[in-house]
Amino acid sequence: MSPLSLNGVSAAYGARKVLHDVSVRFEAGQVTGLVGPNGAGKTTLLRVVLGFLEAEGEIAVLGQTHWSREALARTIAYLPQSAEAHWPILAKKLVALGRMPHRAAFAPLSAEDEEAITAALDRCDAGLFAERRMDELSAGERARVLFARALATKAPILMTDEPAAHLDPAHQLRLMELLREEAKRGVAVIVTLHDLALASRFCDRLVVLRGGRVAAQGAPGEALSDGVLAETFGVSAVRMEGATGPIIPWQRL
Amino acid sequence: MLSIAPRLSLRTSGVTLVLIALAIGFAALSFFIGPSQLAPGELLAGLFAPHGGATIIAREIRLPRALLALVTGGALGASGAALQGLFRNPLAEPGVTGVTSSAGLGAILALYFGFAAASPVLLPAFAVAGALCSAAILYLLSRAGAGVMALVLAGVAIASLATAFMALALSLAPNPYAMSEMVTWMMGSLKDRTLNDLTFAVPLVALGIAVMLTARRGLDALVLGEEAAQSLGIDIHSVRRRVVIGVALATGAATAATGAISFVGVVVPHLLRPFYGYEPARLIWPSALGGGALVAAADIAVRVIAPDGQLPLGVLTAMLGAPFFIWLILRLRREP
Repeated sequence: MSPLSLNGVSAAYGARKVLHDVSVRFEAGQVTGLVGPNGAGKTTLLRVVLGFLEAEGEIAVLGQTHWSREALARTIAYLPQSAEAHWPILAKKLVALGRMPHRAAFAPLSAEDEEAITAALDRCDAGLFAERRMDELSAGERARVLFARALATKAPILMTDEPAAHLDPAHQLRLMELLREEAKRGVAVIVTLHDLALASRFCDRLVVLRGGRVAAQGAPGEALSDGVLAETFGVSAVRMEGATGPIIPWQRL
Repeated sequence: MLSIAPRLSLRTSGVTLVLIALAIGFAALSFFIGPSQLAPGELLAGLFAPHGGATIIAREIRLPRALLALVTGGALGASGAALQGLFRNPLAEPGVTGVTSSAGLGAILALYFGFAAASPVLLPAFAVAGALCSAAILYLLSRAGAGVMALVLAGVAIASLATAFMALALSLAPNPYAMSEMVTWMMGSLKDRTLNDLTFAVPLVALGIAVMLTARRGLDALVLGEEAAQSLGIDIHSVRRRVVIGVALATGAATAATGAISFVGVVVPHLLRPFYGYEPARLIWPSALGGGALVAAADIAVRVIAPDGQLPLGVLTAMLGAPFFIWLILRLRREP
């Protein structure tokens, strides 16, 4: 059973339909990339799964279609696009927010919570600045702490929206490695990406969205065929290391 | 293993103790200051045992005034902290969001139409209703996706509208007595408050703060923004409702008792925030304590500066608070 599957899902913002009959599965232990041009419905797909937006069709999380808000929060960890800390709290306090779904209101952190927080900080190489305030950290350090917050939930599904957008190349690569490590632990990792080179190199599977519909899905080499690249993105690409290697968008068509 | 217990816990509880001491100290000092020149011993004796004039002054004038300063300041401080947490912006407060003026308008309408004379419950009820109206407008706007800037601007518009209606009520005032009552409410003062005012304010303020406190978990989660907070299992609409209703109750009741006292809600949480690790949930209680201490201190100041009662409390807090607010805006502009 896939941890997350969508079957014939459609959604709209008011009168504007943004997802049309989307059917996709996301597997445990894999990094699945959601790619597509701006406005293709990538973020909407994540929002629909989280229940922020009403949708038609069937969305099954761990085989179940009806979830309480609290139970879903323990099952899916979500890192929104351009996540930021709105108050400069201590980094470890921010990561501790990731434990909220597991804690009763105002209960102190359990030993399990503390362990999850420490582990998440360490995995993101953020343990060193756990005691520092968010406004004392660089953008890259903040991104790591925010990512650690999502990991601290220890949810079987991790969804992250454009996590690489504001990072320099070294941090982008580190982030993608972290996503791979999570998949290795058995987590179903879902990541929206604009960077097709990163997506094709680090994802096990890609789902290509165009105009709210699934244009292609499969291994990166298949999903991003020359035809899909031309139709969906309006580009041609250079393929490194043959048919299965990374893809670099090269020219507008 | 890394300890999540707050690094500043010692310092933090120290600050809380200082706040408690300040609140009690200023309230006590406020009790002993007044035009009647009674010695502290006489006042205390009057407070605890029937003692003629001293008892009347202690029990019916000084005590309500000192306690009402704490209650009003507590309501405004806590409301400021909760609103700032909700809007994730240090400029939010009951005054800036128009809640205070609307409560004042409610009070003035109750006076104007004579409801206040019909029953002593009606004036606070009108003030709370006024506060709820403006809070509801803000809530609906934020639900429709308005950003923080839009909400603050809407608050400015609500405040101007409320002030315009107050001015209209003033110019149509049926008699000079009604007019002077209304002016008192517009300027904010703790002068001549009675035990009745205190009795009405305390339960409503307590209820308001209690409602705000139920939103603490949500306010903490909002550090991550609304969508991330929702993904952590927080019902964002419920958090907004609780803060807005709590603020309307507390600020409405406080304003009903004392009139409009501005900027306490913006100054106090801002000054205390660094001591409480910038965590919105932890800031509500200390802001209530700090607000109480500040209003009690300001109420002492107005009596020391103008012993004949010519300086209204609300005027003093606005004179000190407005420059602070502008300084805060300038400082926030410099920070990215």
